[in-house]
Amino acid sequence: MLNQFLLLGAVLFCIGVYGVIARKNTVLVLMSIELILNAVNINLLAFGAARGDVTGAVFALFIIAVAAAEVGVGLAMVLIIYRNRASVDLDEVDSMKG
Amino acid sequence: MIAAMVAQNIFFYAIAATMVGAAVVVVTSSNVVRSALALIVVFGGVAAQFVLLAGEFVAVTQVLVYIGAITVLMLFGIMLTRARIGHDPDMTNEHWWVGALTALLLVGVMGYALIDAFGDDALPADRRVVDVNASNTATVSDAVFNQFLIPFEVISVLLLAALVGAIVIARKDR
Repeated sequence: MLNQFLLLGAVLFCIGVYGVIARKNTVLVLMSIELILNAVNINLLAFGAARGDVTGAVFALFIIAVAAAEVGVGLAMVLIIYRNRASVDLDEVDSMKG
Repeated sequence: MIAAMVAQNIFFYAIAATMVGAAVVVVTSSNVVRSALALIVVFGGVAAQFVLLAGEFVAVTQVLVYIGAITVLMLFGIMLTRARIGHDPDMTNEHWWVGALTALLLVGVMGYALIDAFGDDALPADRRVVDVNASNTATVSDAVFNQFLIPFEVISVLLLAALVGAIVIARKDR
């Protein structure tokens, strides 16, 4: 069934959204974003399998590459925040607050 | 044929339950390292689902890139930022219920929309694509290097830019 894969993707996506909103530690927020990206990949492959088409798999590969780039830059930013503030607590990163 | 379908369903639900459980551990655990390790379980489960969806090449890439590289990067991040290893109650902010509400609302809306739109749509039992003699991996590589050659090159440049950017952002002498 197509829907069981799509629903699994939806559940994983929502768990990731909860993590992004509820977590304080920056690294944990990055992990939640990875959950969201994986949920999207499941959906892409499910639709690809349903249509008998490889385009879904190709786009999943592209998303994996973009996720790798995102984690690299994201962790570099976390490191520089930690170096400047000695903390990775997101509530304390508020210097752009109006 | 029916036995294969039943076996596929059993494996799907077993893996899906493991994944959802591990994902909940990722977002609720008060131990950062435990979150990272639960994330490995989720990534492995996603790779297994890719195999069920006949995406062998994507599954192998998932294992290599996510489990092999991204999790290690995450653990590096945890160690370098000296997050408290072990129990730390101060990991979830006080407005966590907003997140829970949003997530429940989203899962409700998306679940309703998906069931409404796709209902009992079946996946083809034989999930091999296009050319019966070629493997799915061969078809994927053909697609990447013909139809999607330009996006592929753009991704390469993006990875290079991200690499340089990460080094520039994280280096000390500025």
